[in-house]
Amino acid sequence: MAMTIRVDIVSAEGAIHSGPATMVYASAELGEVGIAPRHTAFISRLRPGEVRVENEQGEQEHFYVSGGIIEVQPHVVTILADTAIRARDLDEAAALEAKRRAEDALAGQKAEFEYAKAQAELAEAVAQLRAIERLRKMKRA
Amino acid sequence: MAGAKEIRTKIASIKSTQKITKAMQMVAASKMRKAQDRMASSRPYAEKMLQVINHLAHATPEYRHSFMAQERPCKRVGYILVSSDRGLCGGLNNNLFRRLVAELKEQRAAGIEPIFCTIGAKGLAFFKRFGGEVRAQVTHLGDHPHVEDLIGPVKVMLDAFEAGEIDALYVVYNEFVNTMTQRPRIRPLVPIVISQKEPLPYHWDYLYEPDAKTVLDALLTRYIESLVYQAVVENGACEQAARMVAMKAASDNAGNLIRELQLVYNKARQAAITQEISEIVGGAAAV
Repeated sequence: MAMTIRVDIVSAEGAIHSGPATMVYASAELGEVGIAPRHTAFISRLRPGEVRVENEQGEQEHFYVSGGIIEVQPHVVTILADTAIRARDLDEAAALEAKRRAEDALAGQKAEFEYAKAQAELAEAVAQLRAIERLRKMKRA
Repeated sequence: MAGAKEIRTKIASIKSTQKITKAMQMVAASKMRKAQDRMASSRPYAEKMLQVINHLAHATPEYRHSFMAQERPCKRVGYILVSSDRGLCGGLNNNLFRRLVAELKEQRAAGIEPIFCTIGAKGLAFFKRFGGEVRAQVTHLGDHPHVEDLIGPVKVMLDAFEAGEIDALYVVYNEFVNTMTQRPRIRPLVPIVISQKEPLPYHWDYLYEPDAKTVLDALLTRYIESLVYQAVVENGACEQAARMVAMKAASDNAGNLIRELQLVYNKARQAAITQEISEIVGGAAAV
């Protein structure tokens, strides 16, 4: 039997692949790497690209990862895949967007809050109506 | 028969409400199962990351990322509050807010000022009422939250930590104990505590590409994001479970109400018939 190495590809949202392989190819930060069983311990960031896993039958499975971390130990390869393209400026933009949303929301410009406010006003109005009705009934009685 | 008609329309309206609550209960039950699956499938990622981080911390003790720094005196803290987008899920959100408010009171007494980041519409609405410095927010993640949506808000808080604005960061969410029980929980995110207890059996180290620092930085940010993601997913499962239980109670209550009203209706009908007969008999006797 050919020597194999266990490959786990996981992302934050779930496991993508798990199984034995005879060879794993991935594009690491400094270039393409090929990992064979009993590779020395290795860790690197991954560039967006393809991860190829070759199984015992010589078939290759392809996975696309948008970046992440590859961790290699002699008998296990773990690929911690990102679910989104990451870059410093993209992250920055996302952070700014989140901040802006908070400011908008607190300034009370968002429709949902208008809705919540309207709901509160409606409840008040209904309570007032009910009180008026009760008063009328009491007068009649 | 005026009273009887009123009761009949009331029964009809309660019945339609009951239909809605029953439907919501069933939808929540099926969503809960999926949310639980998602919860389970997000675990291996964070566990694996923690292993690697622990190893890296032991293998390269000379480099300490600011997220792993020793605890500094706490002057300001940050909270990421995870709540649901929608209501009708019993006391889920309110219990969480109450837990947070209790914590905040203690900290105010100690002179610690908090800043917040909210995930979910209910949390944001809460801070609008309660007041507080909300730095970032995201709402409407839906039933399938994605890590992508959390990158921004988490980064805002981590930046605040790195800039020294806050000295600790917590995530506040509901912990899924079982379908009937959800427990509010405040979990520390940064500084990350590295377990000291596992000395390596023999020293070995990774080959780093390009170097330990870059890899560790990338790992830590992702690790924290994945913890927040887990909190969001777990809170989602709690939301569905709480909604299921609340809607089941609502359906049961509607059932009781219908039964009582039916009884009243039958009595009113019987009274009307009796009255009619006695009127006829009285009329016949008079003739």
